[in-house]
Amino acid sequence: MATLSAPPGGQLASGLLPKWAPYAVFAGSAAFSAAVLAATGAFTIALMLVFGVLVSCVAIYTWSRAVEGPRRAFDRTMTMAIAAAFGLAMIPLASLLFEVISRGLPGLSLEFLTEDARGKIGGGGAAHALVGTLVITGVAAIISVPIGIMAAIYLTEYGTGKLSKALTFFVDVMTGIPSIVAGLFAYALFELFLGPGIRLGVMGSVALSVLMIPIVIRSAEEVLKIVPNHLREAAYALGTPKWKTITKIVLPTAFAGLVTGVMLAVARIIGETAPLLVTTGVIDSINSDPFDGRMQNLAVYAYSEYRSPGIDKAASYDRAWAAALLLIAIVMILNVVARLVYRRYKTEIHR
Amino acid sequence: MEGKKVSATVGSSEKKEGATESGSEQLSQTAAAAATTTTGTTATASAAGVAKTIEVRDVNLFYGDFHAVEDVNLTIQPNKVTALIGSSGCGKTTFLRSLNRMHELTPGARVEGHITLDGEDMYARGVDPVRVRRLVGMVFQQPNPFPTMSIYDNVASGLNLNAGKIKKSQRDAVVERSLRGANLWEEVKDRLDKPGLGLSGGQQQRLCIARAIAVEPEVLLMDEPCSALDPVATLAIEDLIGELKSRYTIVIVTHNMQQAARASDLTAFFNLEESGKPGRLVEVGETEMIFTNPTEKATEDYVSGRFG
Repeated sequence: MATLSAPPGGQLASGLLPKWAPYAVFAGSAAFSAAVLAATGAFTIALMLVFGVLVSCVAIYTWSRAVEGPRRAFDRTMTMAIAAAFGLAMIPLASLLFEVISRGLPGLSLEFLTEDARGKIGGGGAAHALVGTLVITGVAAIISVPIGIMAAIYLTEYGTGKLSKALTFFVDVMTGIPSIVAGLFAYALFELFLGPGIRLGVMGSVALSVLMIPIVIRSAEEVLKIVPNHLREAAYALGTPKWKTITKIVLPTAFAGLVTGVMLAVARIIGETAPLLVTTGVIDSINSDPFDGRMQNLAVYAYSEYRSPGIDKAASYDRAWAAALLLIAIVMILNVVARLVYRRYKTEIHR
Repeated sequence: MEGKKVSATVGSSEKKEGATESGSEQLSQTAAAAATTTTGTTATASAAGVAKTIEVRDVNLFYGDFHAVEDVNLTIQPNKVTALIGSSGCGKTTFLRSLNRMHELTPGARVEGHITLDGEDMYARGVDPVRVRRLVGMVFQQPNPFPTMSIYDNVASGLNLNAGKIKKSQRDAVVERSLRGANLWEEVKDRLDKPGLGLSGGQQQRLCIARAIAVEPEVLLMDEPCSALDPVATLAIEDLIGELKSRYTIVIVTHNMQQAARASDLTAFFNLEESGKPGRLVEVGETEMIFTNPTEKATEDYVSGRFG
């Protein structure tokens, strides 16, 4: 440290830490913490990292202040703290992905993807659950997307008075509905018409759309709001009626954002378990008709394989993990597709 | 002269200074020719070339409770360029937007008084603002081509959005005539399918003018059309305004005195006595008179730069 030069004489330049400084400080602090903890006999990796972050914040501040001055020292300390917070946030995600992939991969096979579990005691695949998930979610999207986008159009293009304020408020309330309540709502609704004990795929879709509609409204509203007003005015100035301005100018301009919002809303609801447990029931064979009888889906499949395993418990657990992995993979694919669509169709808006 | 030679190849002559005048003359002739050949065939062309008079009587403009413009009386003459000048916030743009019923799009905004287009009150009961806006087009301060559309579709957008089905050949003719009318055809004819946003700022503004004249309005309103443009692009737009007035009534808002002096026939000076009070029309007259020998002291102070 003593070899560091004093700040040069110029008005602009000051000392600068080497590029590797933050990493070196963190490594040194972690090693220092490890040594201290080992000496006191309380060594664990978690404790070492926690103390390592704290010590390195202090160390980088002191060092940087001596060389670079207080403003940069504060900046470096904050950078260090934020990097640590990011690392902390990544730990659950990384560990979850690692766990699901390492436990789910063994159960993932061609048979798992193509066969149902009808009559296959302690075996079979999850094709019925995969089909059910896709059908239920697809129907939910068919219900939710038009309602959601039209509500968003109302809120951004037409609503000014009390109705739009009330709508915004209730959308916020809907966002907070517990998913099981949505499931019970759908169950109660269908029971009213079709009698008790009814289980249908479409009931699950209705339950999911209760959860999905507010998400679609919110995201679509945000996207429509950022369509610049001068484009609407340009259309009006050409003598274009309002509805055509919306359908031909506003919606195409916002297209990429709308699609992305819908994809993310689908990704959000595709893994719901509780509302489907009470509405679509559990079944072992493939059923692709949402209006006819019970329907399995991946989340409920994983749950029931774990809850009531077959004779070979390990095999059941494997299938539960594989179903979880499949679900995560579908969500990932949806996210990637959403990004690709956004990149391909996004509209450059100059302001 | 060099000018003669170049005028034969109009396309490349646009940027050469010496040739600008003869080049653009040639262009306007061909544009006029194009206009006459298509007049009979185009469904929307029935009103082509009929510039109209706008009479403004006792107009007051409000934003909610805020009185923005007070007691304007003004006659806007056909085939003339009328410039609206005045300091920021005095209500020029608000007034301009009341001339094609764009003002009322702002929530809470309203208009009192009468504005007539060739004797017809555009604020009468039963008048659809959409019809008014088809007759009174507008060009905005910021060039605002539709970002999802190509150059061609931008120009054709007025037709596509409003005129129902028309034949492709007719649409092609309208697009070419409008782009020629906006002095943009030679620059973009080889890339009509490229996005409108790929053009430079000045070209985008001329694209917006082409889009506005494609629907054959009778009046063209321009809200500081050159404020986002460099001097070269500004000159191109001013030349264009000079050509367009043979077919349209033009009203232009500008902060640029030289522009008002160069491009307009009549000038209306708006002023704000103090902030919070409504803006008023102080004086209107021949541009030359307003700039050399105005009757009001405030006008003289403003045009001579001794304001505030």
